[in-house]
Amino acid sequence: MSIPAELRYTPEHEWVSVEGTVASVGITEYAAQQLGDVVYVSLPSVGTAVTAGEPCGEVESVKSVSDLYSPVDGEVTEVNTELDDDPSLVNAEPYAAGWMFRVRVAQDGNGDAALPPDLLSAAEYEELTKSAG
Amino acid sequence: MHERLGAVITSFAGWQMPLRYGSETAEHQAVRRAAGLFDLSHMGEILVSGPGAGGALDYGLTGFLSGLRPGRARYTMICAPDGGVLDDLVVYRRGEQEFLVIANAANTPVVFDELRSRAAGFDAVVADATDDYALIAIQGPAAAGILGGLTDLDLGAMKYYAGAFGSVAGAPAWVARTGYTGEDGFEVFGRPADAVGIWDALASAGASAGLVPAGLAARDTLRLEAGMPLYGNELGPDLTPFEAGLGRVVKFDKPGDFVGRSALEARSLAGPSRALVGLTLQSRRVARHGYPVFADGIQAGAVTSGAPSPTLGHPIAMAYLTAGTDARDAVLTVGIRGEAVPAQLTDLPFYSRSR
Repeated sequence: MSIPAELRYTPEHEWVSVEGTVASVGITEYAAQQLGDVVYVSLPSVGTAVTAGEPCGEVESVKSVSDLYSPVDGEVTEVNTELDDDPSLVNAEPYAAGWMFRVRVAQDGNGDAALPPDLLSAAEYEELTKSAG
Repeated sequence: MHERLGAVITSFAGWQMPLRYGSETAEHQAVRRAAGLFDLSHMGEILVSGPGAGGALDYGLTGFLSGLRPGRARYTMICAPDGGVLDDLVVYRRGEQEFLVIANAANTPVVFDELRSRAAGFDAVVADATDDYALIAIQGPAAAGILGGLTDLDLGAMKYYAGAFGSVAGAPAWVARTGYTGEDGFEVFGRPADAVGIWDALASAGASAGLVPAGLAARDTLRLEAGMPLYGNELGPDLTPFEAGLGRVVKFDKPGDFVGRSALEARSLAGPSRALVGLTLQSRRVARHGYPVFADGIQAGAVTSGAPSPTLGHPIAMAYLTAGTDARDAVLTVGIRGEAVPAQLTDLPFYSRSR
């Protein structure tokens, strides 16, 4: 099970990758394995304001449907339209081609992206998946 | 063993069962096109034996089991006195005086207790043999070829819903041509100590033919496409077999009384209170268990099972609609988290294998 060290995570199994003030978001390999084959991803529209910890989409798999939570506050700048044709990218490459949406987040005093303080490190997220069995 | 294969394990009725090994869609397709291997050891096995075994089952179940020939199987149900379904069952007659009753895992204690009390007064012994059997199913068009090379039984001569004692990979087993996938296939009831050997022999013999291990997730989409009911979804104590469209399992013409007879006769005459229907959605969102179904905008029932159909490429569902709903002419929709998604009435099963 891959949990890339450079990413941040949420307890709801999203990952976040930040470049400048743009955060890319997807779901973790652990989440994709638990959900099983993803058949449909409903994403927020470009321009939508999203709030950290609030649902902003849905991930539909063969067995279940789950809310997709935004890990950050900001405005959606891009969504992965490839998932429309091939939602299985979420299972195949959850951290790469299976990314879901990008959000422009506010800047802090240093000009860095202002991220919620409760995002998890890779080690913390790994701990969480282990305790979930 | 399953964890060695990378399975995602789920807790089911107190058992740790493989939900999927890799992609449940690929497992589903393998069963439709080649073969899948399932561990179904959670299923309950109840042995009913003795000179009065057939009579006890005729009284205890809806079917006419004493009329079953040795070596044959029957799909049947056990009902409460009020006609409600306690479980759906497959019964094998393994000998003149021996029947093997297969119950759903969660219902096995209830079925065992009921059969034991219903058999009182018959010259029959009812024993819970669940721990004496491991159940491995091999399902799909390639199943007969794969299993055929590992058994002394003549599978070509074994009819659908028949079974025989034989050996599989050198171990003794009861082998039956039954299943829950809508494909040809076999179920192998062996000793638990032999299970890994049987599994490994089938897996390696079948690998070149495309056999893959398959989990409960694929089993659920396979049975849904085949229009087969699942206890807890399409069947339950608040429903009689008639609601599920399975009134044919109730044998009113068998001799003697049976538990639930008078209630079931009344229900048969009055007609079912609900009707099980098939629905097809041209949507990417999936109708799932519990979602409301509307006819011309008015709630008429609820979805009992739903999934994206791997074979058909769109979502399918089974749903109960209140008796009297004019499903043929009404505009049907499913409420999917607040959105009314159009649904088409579809004859069950959604999928039938070509013979």
